[in-house]
Amino acid sequence: MTTRIGVEVSIAVADAVKLANPDVVAAYPITPQTHIVEHLAELVANGELDAEYIPVESEHSAMSACLGSAAAGARTFTATSSQGLALMNEVVYVASSMRLPIIMSVANRALSSPLSIWCDHSDMMSVRDTGWIQIITENGQQAVDNTICAFRIGEDRRVLLPVMVHLDGFNLTHVIEPIIFPGQEEVDRFLPPNNYPLPLNPDRPVAMGDFAPPAIFTEAKWAQEVNIRNSMKPILEVWDEFNRIFGRQYAPVEKYHSDGARVILMTMGSVSETASVAVDELRGAGQEVGQVRLRLWRPFPFDALRRAVSGADVLIVMDRAISLGGPGGPVASEVKAALYNLPEKPRVVSFVAGLGGRDITVTDFKNIIKRGVEIAAGGSPNEYEIYGVRE
Amino acid sequence: MEKYAVYVPRLVKKKDNFAPGHRACIGCGEALAVRMAFKAVGNNVIAVSATGCMEIVASQLPFTSWHLPWIHTLFENTAAVASGIEAGYKAMKRKGVPLPDNTKVIAYGGDGATSDIGLQALSGAMERGHDFTYICFDNEAYMNTGIQRSSATPFGAATTTSPAGKKSTGQFSWKKNMPAIAVAHDIPYVATATHGYPFDLMEKVRKAVATPGLSYVHVLSVCPTGWRSATDTVNRQARLAVQTGMFPLYEVENGVYKMSLDLPGLRPVKDYLKMQGRFRHLSDELIAQIQARVELEYNKILEKAKDGSKRAKSKGR
Amino acid sequence: MAKSEHELTWKDLEIGCIVTDPGSARQYESGTWRSQRPTYDFKKCIKCGLCALNCPEGCIGPNKEGHFEADMFYCKGCGVCSRECPTRVITMAEEEE
Repeated sequence: MTTRIGVEVSIAVADAVKLANPDVVAAYPITPQTHIVEHLAELVANGELDAEYIPVESEHSAMSACLGSAAAGARTFTATSSQGLALMNEVVYVASSMRLPIIMSVANRALSSPLSIWCDHSDMMSVRDTGWIQIITENGQQAVDNTICAFRIGEDRRVLLPVMVHLDGFNLTHVIEPIIFPGQEEVDRFLPPNNYPLPLNPDRPVAMGDFAPPAIFTEAKWAQEVNIRNSMKPILEVWDEFNRIFGRQYAPVEKYHSDGARVILMTMGSVSETASVAVDELRGAGQEVGQVRLRLWRPFPFDALRRAVSGADVLIVMDRAISLGGPGGPVASEVKAALYNLPEKPRVVSFVAGLGGRDITVTDFKNIIKRGVEIAAGGSPNEYEIYGVRE
Repeated sequence: MEKYAVYVPRLVKKKDNFAPGHRACIGCGEALAVRMAFKAVGNNVIAVSATGCMEIVASQLPFTSWHLPWIHTLFENTAAVASGIEAGYKAMKRKGVPLPDNTKVIAYGGDGATSDIGLQALSGAMERGHDFTYICFDNEAYMNTGIQRSSATPFGAATTTSPAGKKSTGQFSWKKNMPAIAVAHDIPYVATATHGYPFDLMEKVRKAVATPGLSYVHVLSVCPTGWRSATDTVNRQARLAVQTGMFPLYEVENGVYKMSLDLPGLRPVKDYLKMQGRFRHLSDELIAQIQARVELEYNKILEKAKDGSKRAKSKGR
Repeated sequence: MAKSEHELTWKDLEIGCIVTDPGSARQYESGTWRSQRPTYDFKKCIKCGLCALNCPEGCIGPNKEGHFEADMFYCKGCGVCSRECPTRVITMAEEEE
């Protein structure tokens, strides 16, 4: 039975995990992920969730324990943030290369130094090329829904990949929102039991994690690449089925008044809703402004992005991370690459804003859009601009 | 030396879990120890390997030397991976997933994977008390990468990163006491063993696996390549390590120490050191220093074992 | 005989490069590394099997007569068997081309 209640988003994500009935949760505490794993530990302690909660001694061991658990065929969840994601980095690569469907919430937070516990997307960008499916959410409902979808996607026989569900630290994890909870029966219908095809089992011994000589490493990597590219179709199918059952539709690139708009603002994460307000106000003032939100970071939705933005004159990409010494915003750089060879394409303008928890208001977005249009018209030699820095 | 009036075919099962065709160096004591350890335990076992010699020689795509379910992921996380497997099995069994009964998990790594880079993950697993066995196959340096010193390299041994030279006499520090670290975690079973005493090794592995909770077995494994010694004497070198007191064999069950062999006295360490090129540069003075230290450490363990036997006796009364 | 790493295509690989053929490393002829070979005086053999137990390759087993003998497909010629044999059945000899 579906219920709608006001709840902190972290608690809601933990409750969504509970609905998926995982066998193992292995986690190490880090702000602002803590409320998610605390609540899971509580659910296990109270007997409300039948799972093994492994209170590991580091994030490196958290992801490593997840490798073991998933390889044994158990449904496996963890959550982390920032330095924790950085510490587990080498293990994150192994999870996807070994095709182990581990589900991980990432409470997005800046990377040190200086130390900051607040939100930006530098942690997300640090794992860009790890081969995980990565879903970006912008409110509590999306985080809950996509946590459930993540299990279904990752464990799909055609996919068998780990999935990260990103949600902004504090701006999402620590806010109370009205959440519609799917009922257990519907979730059970939507999410079949995990059935990993080649688990560690003495009845049928397999060897996992062989090393590859040069003669076969390229084949191993291409197999992995084909697999994650081909995961797009199952991802779309899962989102469609979720919509059929639960009535909420997700898409890799979600459009907001972007069809026919001359200027499009591209955003990710919790600022997207603020940005929408700015878009509304500018449209009210007669400007042909729209918005696209990136929902799926990996596999990158090249086709959906091209379809959504190729008719515009200007595409302003707002990154919450900086690629130091590089092209500025990492998402903008990706978007440029996706559009470069198209005959008709918008001018892409990159902004970096909201680092280390800096708020971005409706006025800020209006300023960014205004400045973006100026730059597109030839008003700046800069490759990108960082918004709001004090000179 | 162990009694030779034994007939191996009657005592040891024929089937190996570790198949020939592996690519370990000629006369590899570690491959021998791995083979013995896994021969001791049947096939209802999941093996978890750290990166290292024993991983690389047995797992080149598209082949495997293993007849057991086997997993390798990284260098320093083996105990954590084993924790996850154990927890996964526990939860799935409880929820009625059809799985074989009483499956055991054995994690293993070299001395670097155990006492250096993987110590944190192992300490975490020991403290949490997972039900698996961890075996350290200790060949006293990073052999897989080319004989670099580790914290398990003995004092005075020349390695590629602790070379002997005008201003160096080889390894500057004393071998880290990994079994003592394991004992300090209050785990139910800790033992030392070596392939030089195969029946002792196999019995200890069997006992470790049968003990609920986390058991730790530290296995000295002679590396003729890295120790610059003869390939045919690897077992003799291992026995001398024990008989000189360089590597005492003992068990610690629930904190109670017990010596595994009743040695009438220790042979001089020189008998052991002279067989190996890594100690060739040592002066008599340094050898005397090693002799003193070995006796000191050996007597400490002997004292603990005496206390242990007293405690065992008083319990019996 | 499974395909070698030079023949496999990316489509041949199992998910995550999992190997589903236990003990398949048996295909590898480690005996080509050998520079010495064991020679036997089986008259002295008491069939105790200590050589087999102490072989790093695990390539020693009883032959038709029950005497223990190395499988030369795998034997690398380390000589441990000859040292461990209590009745000195085994002598190592230089491998000749």
